[in-house]
Amino acid sequence: MLEVRDLSVSFGAVQALHSVSFDAEPGAVTAVLGANGAGKTTLLRTISGLVKPREGSVRFDGDPLLGRHVETIARMGVSHVPEGRGVIEELTVEENLRLATLWCLRKRERQAAIAETLGLFPRLQDFRRRHASTLSGGERQMLVLGRALISRPRLLLLDEPSLGLAPLVTAQLMALIRDQTEGTDLTVVLVEQNARSALSVSHHAVILNLGQVVVSDAAATVAADDALRHHYLGF
Amino acid sequence: MSLFFDYTLDGIANGMVYATLALALVLIYRATKIINFAQGAAGMLTTFIAFSLLSRGVGYWWAFVLVLVIGFAIGAACERILIRPLHGRSELNPVIVTIGLLVVFEGLAGAIYGNASRGFPAAFSQSGLRVGGTTIAFSHFDVFILIAVLALMAGTLVLFRYTALGLRMRATAFSREIARLLGVRVGLLLTLGWGLAGIAGSLAGLLAAPTSSFGPYYMDLVLVYGFTAAVIGGLESPVGALVGGLITGLCISYVGGYLGSGLEPLGALALLMVALMARPEGIFARPPARRV
Repeated sequence: MLEVRDLSVSFGAVQALHSVSFDAEPGAVTAVLGANGAGKTTLLRTISGLVKPREGSVRFDGDPLLGRHVETIARMGVSHVPEGRGVIEELTVEENLRLATLWCLRKRERQAAIAETLGLFPRLQDFRRRHASTLSGGERQMLVLGRALISRPRLLLLDEPSLGLAPLVTAQLMALIRDQTEGTDLTVVLVEQNARSALSVSHHAVILNLGQVVVSDAAATVAADDALRHHYLGF
Repeated sequence: MSLFFDYTLDGIANGMVYATLALALVLIYRATKIINFAQGAAGMLTTFIAFSLLSRGVGYWWAFVLVLVIGFAIGAACERILIRPLHGRSELNPVIVTIGLLVVFEGLAGAIYGNASRGFPAAFSQSGLRVGGTTIAFSHFDVFILIAVLALMAGTLVLFRYTALGLRMRATAFSREIARLLGVRVGLLLTLGWGLAGIAGSLAGLLAAPTSSFGPYYMDLVLVYGFTAAVIGGLESPVGALVGGLITGLCISYVGGYLGSGLEPLGALALLMVALMARPEGIFARPPARRV
């Protein structure tokens, strides 16, 4: 379980997060929703160690995450897929996947893991030796998702996976995220601008507004509350 | 015609040395976006260490290997102690530190060994090989240069293309943040990269010393030519460093041979300007990534 407590982050004079607290349960998707500038991306970057908070604590399965190196947090089983499809364009599809296996799998296990991941995304199978720079937006999103899952993470942080994708591709992606989570002990924190599709696969929803948690409730409850949706989510 | 042949051979041998220094600059630039102006001076310093070892009766090959190891250590230490603390500030700061290091290294060598230039022994004979009854401008030592540099280049290529360590190093060079998120210990790899560059720089120093006036400043021109070679090759590609080194070596050899050796640095400058005007991104630059 991920426990975020009283997390505050400032960039100079601008306070991005005000005492944010929430829990994310294993085997469930927790959606973090809100408008542009609400602090969603900063929240994920703080959990994975890229941003140093002013105060607060983040624990995962009881272990504190704050104050550790980014790569150490990654090796604790935290996979962060940053905004903007963070493929390494100069590497091939296969190299992108292999890179994520280097710290956690033995040499002989890597090829099997890569084959298994490519099985999840048949489109990528044909492109395995091509540079990631030649992939389309949807293909890149598949690659980063596959790369995040290949190390069998315990916590998956997804930042705007649907950004710029066609509705059909988004739906496939969301279904995949749900399939990977349910019945496992994977904890997923899904940051989305696209609240409607995020709520459709989430179990819990947290709404951020100007760096503060304004709602934290079951996803179904949030989706059913018309006033709430109109006010914070715009649909 | 036979003069042209001699100049060409001479250019290839020198070009290999420039390629080695260019490789050192490329290794550092592509990982940290810093031009290490102290690269040549570090090679000079380690070559002076070799000089001391040799004059104390240490065998050439022992000194050779030992000095490459020392070159690695100096490079790694520079990154860890001087460059790392500057991370996150303006990219100009570490560049100025490397210029400072250049001055320190040359001052140190001058203080210990004096500023006079002297001879440095070559591993093999420096008189021209005899092919079919005529002597060509390519010595046993030049053959050694060719083999040593090609071996270094091949080693670098195999490391980057075919090993897990090389994959980590490339990922670190291309996208530091993503590499860290995937569990790559980026700091360790940056130190390692500077260490590898230190090996290449030391090799360049050892190979350049016998044919130049060996003293605290003999690597200055090699740095200039190596930098020219690195820019021609695109600053980020080891293969580009090799090709750039050969182009630079040949160009300078022809300028020196036909127009007079005093014009060699000017020839390098002209080459650099032509290269920057014709192909500012370098011959082997990465294709611009497609943004979707």
